[in-house]
Amino acid sequence: MSFEILDKQELVPTIYLMNIAAPRIARKAQPGQFIMLRIDENGERIPLTIADFDRKKGTITMIFQAVGKTTMQLASLGEGDEILDFIGPLGNPAHIEKVGTVILIGGGVGVAPVFPQARAFREAGNKIISIIGARSANLLLWEERMRAVSDELFITTDDGTKGHHGFVTDIVKKLLEEGTKVDRVVAIGPPVMMRAVAGVTKPFNLKTIVSLNSIMVDGTGMCGACRVLVGNETKFACVDGPEFDAHLVDFTLLMNRLAIYQPEEKMAFEKYKCEREGCKC
Amino acid sequence: MLERQKMPVQEAKKRASNFDEVALGFTQEQAIEEAKRCLQCKKPSCMTGCPVEVKIPAFLKYVAEGDFDSAIKEIKIDNALPAVCGRVCPQETQCEQVCVLGKKGASVSIGRLERFVSDHERKKGVQVPEKAKPSGKKVAVVGSGPAGLTAAADLSKMGHSVTIFEALHEAGGVLIYGIPEFRLPKEIVRAEVEYVKKLGVTVLLDHVIGKIETADELLSEFDAVFLGTGAGLPVFMNIDGENLNGVYSANEFLTRVNLMKSYKFPEYDTPIKKGKRVVVVGGGNVAMDSARCALRLGASDVTIVYRRGEDEMPARAEEIEHAKEEGIIFRLLTNPVRIIGDGKNWVTHVECINMHLCEPDESGRCRPAATPGTEHKIEADVVVIAIGTSPNPLVPRTTKGLEITKHGTIVAKENGETTKKGVYAGGDAITGSATVISAMGAGKKAARAIDEYIRGK
Ligand SMILES: Cc1cc2nc3c(=O)[nH]c(=O)nc-3n(C[C@H](O)[C@H](O)[C@H](O)COP(=O)(O)OP(=O)(O)OC[C@H]3O[C@@H](n4cnc5c(N)ncnc54)[C@H](O)[C@@H]3O)c2cc1C
Ligand SMILES: Cc1cc2nc3c(=O)[nH]c(=O)nc-3n(C[C@H](O)[C@H](O)[C@H](O)COP(=O)(O)OP(=O)(O)OC[C@H]3O[C@@H](n4cnc5c(N)ncnc54)[C@H](O)[C@@H]3O)c2cc1C
Ligand code: SF4
Ligand code: SF4
Ligand code: FES
Repeated sequence: MSFEILDKQELVPTIYLMNIAAPRIARKAQPGQFIMLRIDENGERIPLTIADFDRKKGTITMIFQAVGKTTMQLASLGEGDEILDFIGPLGNPAHIEKVGTVILIGGGVGVAPVFPQARAFREAGNKIISIIGARSANLLLWEERMRAVSDELFITTDDGTKGHHGFVTDIVKKLLEEGTKVDRVVAIGPPVMMRAVAGVTKPFNLKTIVSLNSIMVDGTGMCGACRVLVGNETKFACVDGPEFDAHLVDFTLLMNRLAIYQPEEKMAFEKYKCEREGCKC
Repeated sequence: MLERQKMPVQEAKKRASNFDEVALGFTQEQAIEEAKRCLQCKKPSCMTGCPVEVKIPAFLKYVAEGDFDSAIKEIKIDNALPAVCGRVCPQETQCEQVCVLGKKGASVSIGRLERFVSDHERKKGVQVPEKAKPSGKKVAVVGSGPAGLTAAADLSKMGHSVTIFEALHEAGGVLIYGIPEFRLPKEIVRAEVEYVKKLGVTVLLDHVIGKIETADELLSEFDAVFLGTGAGLPVFMNIDGENLNGVYSANEFLTRVNLMKSYKFPEYDTPIKKGKRVVVVGGGNVAMDSARCALRLGASDVTIVYRRGEDEMPARAEEIEHAKEEGIIFRLLTNPVRIIGDGKNWVTHVECINMHLCEPDESGRCRPAATPGTEHKIEADVVVIAIGTSPNPLVPRTTKGLEITKHGTIVAKENGETTKKGVYAGGDAITGSATVISAMGAGKKAARAIDEYIRGK
């Protein structure tokens, strides 16, 4: 099979948006689900969240950060190019319901998967408080889109170039300590951020959902590469998740497992750079 | 009595560092000599040992006469994947076990001859048999393992329009993602899949049923559905340390190596941990395959840890023999109790305990029990757990009215009929991990039942 890339934009440095023609997947996609793709015959299968979908046009939108070989290679493709395999929708849909007030937290590229959930929670009649963060102002994603679906929007940057100087957790903490009535928190971003958010909401006994980005191979529950420990039970993130109760997740294990292939990832990345830019070695 | 012909193989030392096929196949002369050993029994007991009842003496007679074209035609009446079965059937417990020659000396090498004639045919270009006239009926087959491929091929020959939905990006099921290249070259699996396509079957890859479409939705578009979804859910031991870095399920290890070709990393992008000291837990084909892959990835020591004795090992005899020749260490009557890490989440040792055999259990095998005080550690930087798999719950969970057992297998009658009207199932999905040929047998029976059902509709 192959799937056409309809367009590509660089949203902020290193973060890209891509629309893919995949009508059958678009028909079924729900917020919170993901796809797996393999660019070409030699490629790795990598998971990316469905950031948006259009059932009428038959398209799936993904937003990804170029962090290594596969995402760099994906970023080098553009309109009219094809991806060999595009599999989905995988994982369970986000649990959208009317609960009252929901805080949605997106860190870095995590803003992208948070957006369709914010929209869905809003449509379900909830009050939406969004907190989006990035390392620096120029890396901040989808501020306007998020504003459009939020009752309140907070921005944080690690270096203080925009919004609050600090982390997304500072805002969550402040809101909760001020006594803001909150019924649900959804946090998607780097594992360290999700762990920190879990730490802040735990004393308030506030239900917090995170989306785990463990390493995956098939995405259908067949290999167990994606196993995570939730409430001391082994779960497969691809079929039991990717969303879990943040207060039950063993984030240390998640982070340790994400580092399994660091030397190999570095090697693949350097080989790829060499091939593209001409080798100096 | 004529001597059984020896299978030419790649020399053990050499093959332990490459992924090329181990067994090289009979020469033409050897094949004819070997086939001449068959006594052409009036009541051929060999056929009772074959789950699809290949007409063994008939095809052997053609081979003995040097008429390989007729031989393969004869086999293909009953077996759509002879190049695969000839290589991976556990012949010593099936057809060859009941060959009369086996009683006095060595049985006829039925599997190897099956392999020979199908390889002969593939080199020449495969013939496509005639099909029945179109019935106008449509059947969806979920899964492209041996069960799905066989059901699809048969239904297509019967004149129905068949579409296979496969979750992975390549068709073949375990034949593609599990069994390694050196035992079953992928080129052969691809040729078998091509044959099924030539019969008119449409294969849609990257389609996870239960997600992109449910079985219920398929039923509104197709006259019947066959579930050949296999038993692909890895089972862990639930011991300490199983989530340490370097601990793999056999499914992950083999999928990375075979489907994703990580043995060619970095030419192929998918990485794998190449351990120096590898421990594989289990005694079946899956354990042998994992161990031999680890060796070929460059490990210096590969140890198989199995809780029973060699006689109880479910692996094919030939694989155990090949593994030993290649230098795999066997620690029998040994069972892991926990996996130990270095404090930074990387595996360093497997702690094991010695076992002893007591009275046989309901499976007829001796139940092993631990001998207290015999705990010991084996050094390991990669551990592969190959203690079995169970069926993936994706389809049952999303299909209304499809009953499953407490083991997760789909409830089905002998002919594949499930508890849901119009839905049939077969292969590992209903039996749990079994064999290629039994999955094919199930696909065949289900195809007949489906044909009857949709024609009567
Ligand atoms: C359910 C899920 C949804 C995701 N959604 C997004 C998204 O919307 N946008 C986005 O930018 N990223 C997303 N990711 C992460 C994305 O899959 C990785 O960034 C990508 O695989 C990196 O591949 P690489 O070859 O470019 O980099 P590599 O150099 O291979 O790896 C860089 C990092 O990605 C992780 N990683 C590597 N291989 C895999 C793999 N096969 N599966 C998962 N993680 C891996 C590694 O731990 C490493 O930290 C998601 C991950 C999961 C599990
Ligand atoms: C490593 C290994 C070695 C083996 N060695 C031998 C051997 O030497 N001899 C022997 O006889 N047997 C052997 N076996 C067992 C044999 O391979 C299996 O019994 C046989 O493949 C079962 O066939 P099947 O068609 O039922 O399922 P499978 O071969 O498992 O195929 C099932 C297919 O269905 C697909 N699927 C699953 N769920 C879905 C879904 N929801 N939607 C779409 N597609 C789906 C899967 O991706 C897969 O392709 C071995 C098994 C393994 C794992
Ligand atoms: S039982 Fe053995 S000798 Fe007899 S027909 Fe079969 S293969 Fe030939
Ligand atoms: S299919 Fe398998 S069991 Fe049947 S004759 Fe061939 S090798 Fe023997
Ligand atoms: S990615 Fe293989 S089981 Fe989840």
